[in-house]
Amino acid sequence: MRKKDLEKKDLLKTVIEELNGGEPAKPKKKRAFWKVIQIPALAILTGLILGAILIAATSFTVYDAFKVGFFNGIGTAFAEVGKAYLGLLTGSLGNPVEIISALIYGDAQDVRNAINPILESLVQATPYIFAGLACALAFRAGLFNIGVEGQLFMGAAAATFVGYSLTGLPAIIHMPLAFLAGALGGALWGMVPGLLKATTGGNEVINCIMMNYIAYRVTTWLLTGPMTRPGTGGMPISPIIEKSAQIPQFFKTPIRFHLGFFIALAFAALVWWILFKTTWGLNLRMVGVNPRAAKYAGLNITQVTIIGMALSGALAGMAGGNEILAINRSMAIGLSAGYGFDSIALALLGNNHPVGVIFAALLFGVLKNGATKMMVVSGTPIDIVTILQAVILIFVAAPAIIRAIYRMRQPLKEETAAASFTLSGWGGGK
Amino acid sequence: MTTTTAPSTAVIQRARISDISRTRRISTGVIEILVAVFIAFVFARTLQPDMFTKFVMTPGGITVGSMGDWVIRSQFTLYLLAALCVVIGAFQLIKGFGKFTNLMVGFVFLFLIFSFLTWQAAGKSLNLAGMLSSSVQLAVPITLGAFSGILCERAGVVNIAIEGMMLMSAMVGALMGSITDSAWLGLFFGVLSSVLLAALHAVLSIKYKIDQIISGTVINMFSAGMTAFLSQKFLQTRQELNNPAMFTRVEIPGLAEIPLLGPIFFNTNFFVYLMFALLIVIQVALFSTRWGLRMRSVGEHPKAADTLGINVIKTRYMAVLLGGLVAGLGGAFFTLGSVGRFDEGMTAGKGFIGLAAMIFGNYTPVGALGAGILFGFADSIGSKLSLLGSTIPSTLMSTAPYIITMIVLAGFVGKGHVPAADGVAYTKE
Repeated sequence: MRKKDLEKKDLLKTVIEELNGGEPAKPKKKRAFWKVIQIPALAILTGLILGAILIAATSFTVYDAFKVGFFNGIGTAFAEVGKAYLGLLTGSLGNPVEIISALIYGDAQDVRNAINPILESLVQATPYIFAGLACALAFRAGLFNIGVEGQLFMGAAAATFVGYSLTGLPAIIHMPLAFLAGALGGALWGMVPGLLKATTGGNEVINCIMMNYIAYRVTTWLLTGPMTRPGTGGMPISPIIEKSAQIPQFFKTPIRFHLGFFIALAFAALVWWILFKTTWGLNLRMVGVNPRAAKYAGLNITQVTIIGMALSGALAGMAGGNEILAINRSMAIGLSAGYGFDSIALALLGNNHPVGVIFAALLFGVLKNGATKMMVVSGTPIDIVTILQAVILIFVAAPAIIRAIYRMRQPLKEETAAASFTLSGWGGGK
Repeated sequence: MTTTTAPSTAVIQRARISDISRTRRISTGVIEILVAVFIAFVFARTLQPDMFTKFVMTPGGITVGSMGDWVIRSQFTLYLLAALCVVIGAFQLIKGFGKFTNLMVGFVFLFLIFSFLTWQAAGKSLNLAGMLSSSVQLAVPITLGAFSGILCERAGVVNIAIEGMMLMSAMVGALMGSITDSAWLGLFFGVLSSVLLAALHAVLSIKYKIDQIISGTVINMFSAGMTAFLSQKFLQTRQELNNPAMFTRVEIPGLAEIPLLGPIFFNTNFFVYLMFALLIVIQVALFSTRWGLRMRSVGEHPKAADTLGINVIKTRYMAVLLGGLVAGLGGAFFTLGSVGRFDEGMTAGKGFIGLAAMIFGNYTPVGALGAGILFGFADSIGSKLSLLGSTIPSTLMSTAPYIITMIVLAGFVGKGHVPAADGVAYTKE
């Protein structure tokens, strides 16, 4: 018995060391920081450069200018790209001139309006934080939760239902209740692939994708049928939620900055605490790093898989519920703008660490918010953000490419991908 | 199964291949009987005994190879089908069908679908031939996606980027088909774009050894973004760029006149013929040529293959590129064979369902085609039901293919043979 315990402890130690990169000694802090940040930073830079090339290459204005002359064309290309990226920047971070002048004159309302783009970026980042955390948590458990989108839909539907169907509750009860309903909706939806994986070995990736498509259709049915807003003739939109269920916005419209952002940060802290400060979190990470070793150490992989997927789904459900309760106040079909796939990018970009996810989410929020302005000023479709995200993700997932482009030294030890889980076959059967 | 009674190792070997576990035998039997109960009590009991179901056996708009309508007694048919399901289920419970289990599950499933249609169309008429014809059409992208998956995964590379490759091919096909005003050139460029994405997937997953699912996801993201971007930039602003020349229906003389089969299989779209041609080509190439043997060995045991002098890396590159080619053909079907216009996200998960069809079909082209047609059929049920004025919402009915896929994955139809090295990057030592 004692010997067995000892072995278990040794194994735990090994796994912990492996998790920390195998070297307990701390390197110099500054260099370590650069080391962590360099690949994502260069990936973003390269992504923006490629995006610029795409913008120039698809612009009729640039082609017209090339007909006039080569240098004219080059100049116009730079002008077009500059216009687009300037739109992106001012759209997401505000116009510095406006901000400074507002600060000088000191009118509170002016200041708020001037920094609204920044606040709006935070608003856009909020669902990304939740969704990114969802994916990161699953990755840590060795699970690929590609079903965030569906879980988000179901969470939103559950939150909406509680939000409008219960009346007469005080806000202090109704709001958390609706929010938790969102989490529960997502958790149940996420638990299904987890259960299937744990009991039948069916791969969670395909199951999650199927659950996404089912979720789209179920919510469409809900919104046109049982949950439709009375008097709209079956339009796919739900009733408006009660005032008591709404997550408060801090300022008057058009500023939408709301409490949900801080709730998201709180949940990031909670996820960090669970992952890195609790025994269960350690177990979860052990299963993620090496399920076979975890099994020999006596861990309950079935439990980790099911609860891991459920927690991940809960976070995804919160992303949806939060959007409804704080921003939309009613649910319509076009709720999610591809948060599901973005969440994978967020988790990988943030190295599956809650702090990393927050920063990645802020970046995505900035990009998404800025893209709207960019579309207005330069006619560049919003979807360029998706392309940028994909390209950035390629570079983050394959740092060797970035190192080759920037002539950096390749590491001696072959590195593992950000998410260290393995897949062999699609499962099916026991 | 039990190996204690087996007299020789040869028998054990065979037992392992053909037999299924006891729990699966029993659970399958129980489910089959439940289906029978469902048919009898949910479908048949709600009908009047004197109701008739009329099935129209000629697809709309077809003049050659027409056939008379088929009228059956609704309730009697349902009870008959329920009885058949009970017999199958009981035999399954007591003795088991061995290696024919999946076939029987397939039959029960067919009975269930047919009863459902009979029930829904009781007292009305339903164009069954039209439904079958549209099932075959709807099966094209799913089956070609499955073929693409088979090519990749038999060589050991998981490809969930099929969806993205199809979407890209559909968009490029529409764009180039409009510019050149030629369906063939549109097809060529569409397939080319898909092959380029496949090359990206190959480089990322074979050379840089990124997790193959992440690589596939990235390509799907990229493709969704790129097609939406280009479509907004060009296709939506200039409508003439989104109006490609299309492949029209081709009538095969003689064969098209066979009743029922003629209109469905021999008087149809170019892509349907292509699907059947590829079925034969891939089946033969994979299982009857040296090339196919080598490819499969790379997917099963790359190290052994390498030792025998097979170039693992090269084989995998080739497999993924071929997979991209086939996926591209499937994608081009959307714009050049079916709709005639590109809409954002128009593949709507057909690539993923193709993967499910591949798994369902046990990584064989024939199986994949069967699964593809089944999924296509499930798709066409949804659209037909709303025409019949069914009480079941069509949005909920359209979840059927996805639910079937999940049931398949859960092992209800058994675990097939998955290439052993599927999804594992190969490092030469």
